[in-house]
Amino acid sequence: MSIYLNKDSKVIVQGITGGMGAKHTALMLDSGAQIVGGVNARKAGTTVTHKDAQGADVELPVFGTVAEAMKETGANVSVLFVPPAFTKDACIEAIDAEMPLIVVITEGVPVQDTAEVWSYLQGKATRMIGPNCPGIITPGESLAGITPHTITGKGPVGLVSKSGTLTYQMMYELKDFGFSTAIGIGGDPIIGTTHIDALEAFEKDDETKVIVMIGEIGGDAEERAAAYIKENISKPVVGYVAGFTAPEGKTMGHAGAIVSGSAGTAQAKKEALEAAGVKVGKTPSETAALAREILQSL
Amino acid sequence: MDLMEYQAKKLFAKHGVAVTEGVVVETAEDARKAAEEIGFCVVKAQVKAGGRGKAGGVKLAKTADDAFEHASNILGMEIKGLKVNRVLITPATPPVEEYYFSFLLDRSNRQYLCIASVEGGVEIEEVAKTNPDAVKKIGIDPGKGVDEAKAREIATECGFPEPVFEQAVSMIQSLYTVFTEEDATLVEVNPLARLEGDKLEALDGKVSLDENASEIRHEEHEQFVIRDEEDPLEAKAKDKGLNYVKLDGQVGIIGNGAGLVMSTLDVVAYAGENHGGVKPANFLDIGGGANAQVMADGLDVILNDEQVKSVFVNVFGGITACDEVAKGIVGALDILGNEATKPLVVRLDGNNVDLGRQILSEANHPLVTIVDTMDGGADKAAELANA
Repeated sequence: MSIYLNKDSKVIVQGITGGMGAKHTALMLDSGAQIVGGVNARKAGTTVTHKDAQGADVELPVFGTVAEAMKETGANVSVLFVPPAFTKDACIEAIDAEMPLIVVITEGVPVQDTAEVWSYLQGKATRMIGPNCPGIITPGESLAGITPHTITGKGPVGLVSKSGTLTYQMMYELKDFGFSTAIGIGGDPIIGTTHIDALEAFEKDDETKVIVMIGEIGGDAEERAAAYIKENISKPVVGYVAGFTAPEGKTMGHAGAIVSGSAGTAQAKKEALEAAGVKVGKTPSETAALAREILQSL
Repeated sequence: MDLMEYQAKKLFAKHGVAVTEGVVVETAEDARKAAEEIGFCVVKAQVKAGGRGKAGGVKLAKTADDAFEHASNILGMEIKGLKVNRVLITPATPPVEEYYFSFLLDRSNRQYLCIASVEGGVEIEEVAKTNPDAVKKIGIDPGKGVDEAKAREIATECGFPEPVFEQAVSMIQSLYTVFTEEDATLVEVNPLARLEGDKLEALDGKVSLDENASEIRHEEHEQFVIRDEEDPLEAKAKDKGLNYVKLDGQVGIIGNGAGLVMSTLDVVAYAGENHGGVKPANFLDIGGGANAQVMADGLDVILNDEQVKSVFVNVFGGITACDEVAKGIVGALDILGNEATKPLVVRLDGNNVDLGRQILSEANHPLVTIVDTMDGGADKAAELANA
């Protein structure tokens, strides 16, 4: 098992012909994911050719619309490598097509665009991950995003993180155990899938034995997750929060990573998580060591 | 990007919010001239900080000489660590009543929020404590926005008095236009004043703009960037397209990925506790690419920070494998040549790590120390900064 993404997932790429889209389509295929096509209205009817995991040529059809791609390929996941100015429209197109899962990798999307997409998505059939995220990987089964698939394989750790590189770092530190699913939810102020959504899914997933949750400064998602964990999560959770030294009022790389007044500090998040029984590491390696300790005792 | 009051007022005026823009000046002499035109006026320090009044940065001037004197005192003063380079001269219009009004991004609920109170403007934080019911919070669905009906609902909920009610309805719509048309994350009017003759006017304004939106659809927001208000190193980094934040410390930091860099700052601060209290000097995320030119640009900015005594390069090779990153570092040191003068501690991990470390060892650069772990690297860099 896994969450949101598995070996049967059929993935299309919105923006498959762009630089990022092409590069990561190749990497996703190399991971063994079932990439079944792409979308670019201006290049509809053409194909793109990449190698699959065995090194054989794969010719992928490019469709004019998401709806058409779904009809022809049975796709149930879309990964978006669309420039920020067009991301809102691309999301709405996928939502209108009732795509079950959209993974928005794009960084730099105006937050009001995301807010409008989130409003539009209410009551619809689509789950959105991101924007500004590395996507989701179920090692050995599928990859919808840019997480390197070579770091580690399948295993009992479920990971949810706001940060891409800290996701990779943690997968690397715990590579001898492996991961059920690792999901990067993104560092923007508004995102489609939250820590709480992933925690809920990991709790229900039989394969996941330990959950690692990585947060960072800004907003109150970690505090809310802590309250949720206390009430709803029976599996052990290990946490990490980045940004203890971040000054007030400065955006630290991610659009959402900003301490406003006394709100959104790493210290407050750490305290909230600890109060919910989460073991919180002071550094990524200490966090990995805490997870390791639990994994070894299982 | 946070705007100054006079910039916020410019946007208010552009979208039909009742406001008096006033005149921005940089010298006391110009303040006098402006006051001669305006008459009884207020001299207001223009800095991106709250509490300007309490700090002595806002003064009433009855005469042009008063304005000259106040401007002389205010220009150059520091408010919350920020030097005042400009003052706004605006007509003194004593409010009969003061209100508070804002639209902002509500991250927690993934929508917009209107916060308003007709009981007290500038003392809003006090009101929120002593009489929280007087502060109204009304959620806005970003898909629906604020039309006239919604504006009426808000004005009614807030309890704007009858003589200014219609003006409030109109102003609420205009302020929402500022919020959406300019891609703001905050639009605040405090105080929103009821003046003599029941005229509603925004006496002060605060606007924060979403830089992602400014980047792709608001070229005109460039006018709000004031070079002399920026940290020179941050300005230099911005010119080179680097994601850099200047901090107060001795260990320069370069890493890839916002989360990893934030984490690196923390780990260096912890390590510094054992090495004379040295601290991280900056945030610098060079992103996924990490090629020689980007690395050289990053090092160039950091090495120009006089406080910096050592640099910690902390990279996890994900998409970009470690051998590419190592070549980037070696190439960057070549580009910088004699400009590179401070010790570099490099930690590489991830894809092709062995090859990456081998490339660095073979280059055998006298300034470079290779370390195995992030914690070890932070410790070494802190030790070198304290030497």
